[in-house]
Amino acid sequence: MKLDAQVPGGPIDKKWQKHKFDLKLVNPANKRKYTVIMVGSGLAGAGGAASLAELGYRVKCFCYQDSPRRAHSIAAQGGINAAKNYRNDGDSVYRLFYDTVKGGDFRSREANVYRLAEISVSIIDQCVALGVPFAREYGGLLDNRSFGGAQVSRTFYARGQTGQQLLLGAYQALERQIGAGTVQMFPRHEMLDLIVADGRARGIVVRDMTTGEIETHLGDAVCLASGGYGNVFYLSTNAKGCNATAIWRAYKRGAGFANPCYTQIHPTCIPVTGEHQSKLTLMSESLRNDGRVWVPKKKEDLAKPASAIPEPDRDYYLERKYPSFGNLAARDVTSRAAKAVCDEGRGVGPGGRGVYLDFADAIKRLGENQIREKYGNLFEMYQRITDENPYRQPMRIYPAVHYTMGGLWVDYNLMSTIPGLFVLGEANFSDHGANRLGASALMQGLADGYFVIPATIGNYLAGLKPGAAVEIPEAKGVEDAVRQRTAKLLGIKGKRTPSSFHRELGHIMWDLCGMSRNRAGLELALQKIPALRAEFWRNLNVPGENAELNQSLEVAGRVADFLELGELTCRDALTRDESCGGHFREEYQTEDGEAKRDDAHFAHAAVWEYTGENSTPIRNTEPLEFENVHLATRSYK
Amino acid sequence: MTLTAQATPTAAPQAFLRSTIGRKIVMAVTGVILVGFVIAHMTGNLLVFLGPEAIRNYALWLRAVAHGAGLWIARAVLLASVLLHIWAAASLTLASRRARRVRYQEWQPRASTLYSRTMRWTGVLLLAYIVYHLLHMTFGIVHPDFVELQPYHNLVVGFRDRAVAVTYIVAMILLAFHLDHGIWSMVRTLGLSHPRYVPMVRKLSVAIAVIVALGYISIPVAVLAGVLR
Amino acid sequence: MNLTLHVWRQKNPAAAGGFVTYPVTEVSPDMSFLEMLDVVNEGLITRGEDPIAFDHDCREGICGTCGFMINGQAHGPKARTTTCQLHLRSFNDGDELTLEPWRARAFSVVKDLVVDRGAFDRIIAAGGFISAAIGAAPDGNAIPIRKENADLAMDAAACIGCGACVAACPNASAMLFTSAKLSHLAMLPQGQPERLERTLKMIRRMDAEGFGYCTNHEECEAVCPKGISVTFIARMNADYLRASVAEGRRVSAAGDSAGG
Ligand SMILES: Cc1cc2nc3c(=O)[nH]c(=O)nc-3n(C[C@H](O)[C@H](O)[C@H](O)COP(=O)(O)OP(=O)(O)OC[C@H]3O[C@@H](n4cnc5c(N)ncnc54)[C@H](O)[C@@H]3O)c2cc1C
Ligand code: HEM
Ligand code: HEM
Ligand code: SF4
Ligand code: F3S
Ligand code: FES
Repeated sequence: MKLDAQVPGGPIDKKWQKHKFDLKLVNPANKRKYTVIMVGSGLAGAGGAASLAELGYRVKCFCYQDSPRRAHSIAAQGGINAAKNYRNDGDSVYRLFYDTVKGGDFRSREANVYRLAEISVSIIDQCVALGVPFAREYGGLLDNRSFGGAQVSRTFYARGQTGQQLLLGAYQALERQIGAGTVQMFPRHEMLDLIVADGRARGIVVRDMTTGEIETHLGDAVCLASGGYGNVFYLSTNAKGCNATAIWRAYKRGAGFANPCYTQIHPTCIPVTGEHQSKLTLMSESLRNDGRVWVPKKKEDLAKPASAIPEPDRDYYLERKYPSFGNLAARDVTSRAAKAVCDEGRGVGPGGRGVYLDFADAIKRLGENQIREKYGNLFEMYQRITDENPYRQPMRIYPAVHYTMGGLWVDYNLMSTIPGLFVLGEANFSDHGANRLGASALMQGLADGYFVIPATIGNYLAGLKPGAAVEIPEAKGVEDAVRQRTAKLLGIKGKRTPSSFHRELGHIMWDLCGMSRNRAGLELALQKIPALRAEFWRNLNVPGENAELNQSLEVAGRVADFLELGELTCRDALTRDESCGGHFREEYQTEDGEAKRDDAHFAHAAVWEYTGENSTPIRNTEPLEFENVHLATRSYK
Repeated sequence: MTLTAQATPTAAPQAFLRSTIGRKIVMAVTGVILVGFVIAHMTGNLLVFLGPEAIRNYALWLRAVAHGAGLWIARAVLLASVLLHIWAAASLTLASRRARRVRYQEWQPRASTLYSRTMRWTGVLLLAYIVYHLLHMTFGIVHPDFVELQPYHNLVVGFRDRAVAVTYIVAMILLAFHLDHGIWSMVRTLGLSHPRYVPMVRKLSVAIAVIVALGYISIPVAVLAGVLR
Repeated sequence: MNLTLHVWRQKNPAAAGGFVTYPVTEVSPDMSFLEMLDVVNEGLITRGEDPIAFDHDCREGICGTCGFMINGQAHGPKARTTTCQLHLRSFNDGDELTLEPWRARAFSVVKDLVVDRGAFDRIIAAGGFISAAIGAAPDGNAIPIRKENADLAMDAAACIGCGACVAACPNASAMLFTSAKLSHLAMLPQGQPERLERTLKMIRRMDAEGFGYCTNHEECEAVCPKGISVTFIARMNADYLRASVAEGRRVSAAGDSAGG
């Protein structure tokens, strides 16, 4: 597998400008002859589809929800970063670039990150122009806050609904094009395979989820903006429908899959209440600004209500372990610390998987009103879900899977290893290395969609004859394969439901490939997952038929792919013999339990190449060079 | 993107009347006229308490305004308003029926009021009342002893019949229902959204509804009680 | 706790539907309503029966995918709460619950409790946007916006497009949804140039989709999970009146240079 990152030459701050000039252009009059397929309508997909249509391309856009407005970008609460330096607090494109590379634990590609930081500025302008109602100050100017431990205030937000508002902006831009007839929208259509002909991505096969119709859509280029694969853990903060099917099928058709083991765990989620739990809800990280995290020192105290445990018997373990960052330590560090105390048997709440996040001191210091003003909606949400009043008793939180940094490998132009297949947003691996900073995913999604893909896709298309209308023989085969697979899922008629397999896979992944991993555990997972997969194909029960809305069939197809992706994730985690960012291998830690990178051997992206059913995939590498930000160790002491 | 692109010169008013909000505005504007009328009519009728002369003079004055044209203009406006009001109400009600062909097996109201939900019924009953009332007090066809231009006599004689008086009283209660929601709704329809005035208007519409109804009801009650004779 | 569900089952848009009763035993009050349905469905699948189809995605009250009538109330009995955020502790042991899909001509039933809300998307496509070409935007701080207006725009923009307003409205009117989107854009300076056209286009689309009209029942606000205020409807009415008058003026001048 050839991994040419196509990074332009020259100094880092000139690369994108120079590259844009060097890229080939498509004659405006010819653009409408090209059809681009966009899978996904999140920030990356809707933004990309709208921009491409505006440029004049014909676009077909697909999503599995009933409306493009419901993509999971909608759930982002916190905010979006941009190096505007409106606060005059020393922010700059370079600083955002620097923070992102460092935050990614030196496992991202410098040139991509710099471009992201550079574009961040235009994203805010574009969003404002599209009517995103960002929070403002009394003077009428945009408000900022600091987020996720950043030392500058560069996060723009719209109440606790930033993702929703950004997505609505992109969605409206998309609807405008739909109204104008330049984008054809296919909601409730799920991509089930990729069509590759003559080595190029030429189309997709989708299932119309209301009629079961299997359809082929051809185009001149295919863009995947299908989001992250966090649901491989079953429980995550992702939406129920989030899936890896689109990128997984692309992987099986030849696209390299990079760093699947880089998964991010978010420390402040509402704990699991029982086996029936279907998803986890994130509580904004901003809560850690005022809340103090603790568990009882003695297991005997677990039975007592929090208020009955006296101060000296509480273990404020973050403050103890990380005196200078305390409750604001990085996401992965905080998450692991919570797991550690729960593993010791000191976790609180049902199941012992939770720690307290206590606002008593903050309420004493600032008064209940001020706390209500700052966090009122979050407290309300917490109370709605748990029926506990966080003003009276501490919240219980526990880490949960939140984001996946890994994804399909792409070059500087966002093109995967299959020519003509572009990957945008969370679905690609590009900008966050081994760990993503808060408020940077929204930024990346919009950067890819609004600004990068419109520039780079032309370079690819300029060399091609428009061919969406040309029949390709390969399409039929792919379509048949999809039909057969669907029939197979429906035909097993075993005993177990699709979700039961998903839940079981989730347990394996979370226990053995979750917050911390070790060789023995991963090897065990690599035995358990194939066994589970075998049972799946033997004992699955999908009721109903294909020619109708069949939600069990949808779930079954997604779980089938997760069962394969889960294995690759474990394999990737097993072969990366170091700890970095969201990937923590217990064997590789410093004396005081910090992640220990191995730059000599692992300063690269691991890119997996599919080699066929029941054959071990090949691990290729793209070396990462750090010319601007020098390799250093993170410390939250 | 131009407005005129698809618009022929007459399209605008037609489109307005075709749209739901347009018809709704018609209903509100005619509502304003009708409310104005009921208030004025009530005030006029209350002259009955000042004796036969006062109310007769009022009736004569009405007929003399603008050399006699005034009354006819007012009647034309009223008639047009009622017709438009009914047309808008009927066509929109049909639109709503069409908008939900399959009804709910179970439906629980949370915020709507009895008055808001019965507007169509109170409206239809008011129409019936108006027809009856015109036959009764204006044309005298269903009046036992109708005398042209003797409103005092007509009223007192008319209301001596208990059943008639009760009919009027019931009708006036229905009117209050219709107005309680109607006035408030009409102001909304015409665009009032200011948070400061909205609660005021809410109270005002209840007040008008109650005052108007009480004002009217006082007349048949006074006749029954023997105050007017 | 135990519950009895009467669920609307309808195989496809063309099929006739009807209620089917399902007993639900020993569920935890800490479950969300949809998790309870998951449990019911797992049981149905295991028995080889067709599970109850219902729409959902984020399960945290923001995507607007979920929603059906529970005992005649859109999204169930709790104020400002989507179906996915509703927990069984809001009900009593032994309750009988009737689950029905949103009912409106503009929202046809796809299957069981799933309806087609594509009409909402088409209302947006008709004009619910600001035509700002990507890449052509001035600096975000170039136009200061009064905080109150920005906040009010945000209040309106919080609509999640769930359709509960239509479902609860006795007239099956989509006024709350449409007015929320219109108001969001009308409150912002960026939204001014297209304000009147947008108002006309979206309302015409809304009518064409077959929604009913508004008689100010305010049921919509009461069930709206985001508490969108009915005052936005009044605001929209006023804009519609203004836009109609302006359109009339433009039309009467159509003979000369108007239309550019
Ligand atoms: C709870 C939560 C909070 C977050 N908060 C923040 C935050 O504060 N700041 C921040 O920067 N980031 C945040 N993130 C991360 C960020 O929201 C996401 O990474 C980002 O929005 C992903 O955007 P996307 O466009 O790549 O994918 P998505 O928005 O997930 O869109 C995926 C699209 O692909 C479609 N799709 C998927 N599979 C298929 C298929 N097989 N066929 C057809 N269509 C398909 C879907 O329908 C959807 O339209 C948060 C994430 C979560 C889960
Ligand atoms: C003649 C028979 C009548 C019928 C069939 C009728 C019917 C209706 C209906 C269906 C409505 C809409 C309900 C709503 O907006 O909630 C309405 C509104 C209204 N009606 Fe009537 N009505 C009648 C007479 C009257 C009379 C006599 C008055 C005044 C005294 C009146 C005043 C109003 C007002 C003010 C409204 C509110 C308009 C709006 O909401 O925009 N109506 N009527
Ligand atoms: C107790 C209540 C009422 C009484 C006592 C009353 C009395 C009268 C009388 C005496 C007349 C004849 C006046 C004349 O010819 O000069 C009249 C006319 C009329 N009334 Fe009433 N009225 C009452 C309520 C109403 C209401 C509620 C309405 C409308 C909703 C109404 C509508 C009319 C109309 C339209 C006329 C005809 C006016 C005309 O000459 O054109 N009345 N009423
Ligand atoms: S206005 Fe409220 S009820 Fe209606 S679609 Fe929007 S969020 Fe749902
Ligand atoms: S409930 Fe319906 S009648 Fe109007 S105020 Fe809401 S749309
Ligand atoms: S499932 Fe997203 S709002 Fe309920």
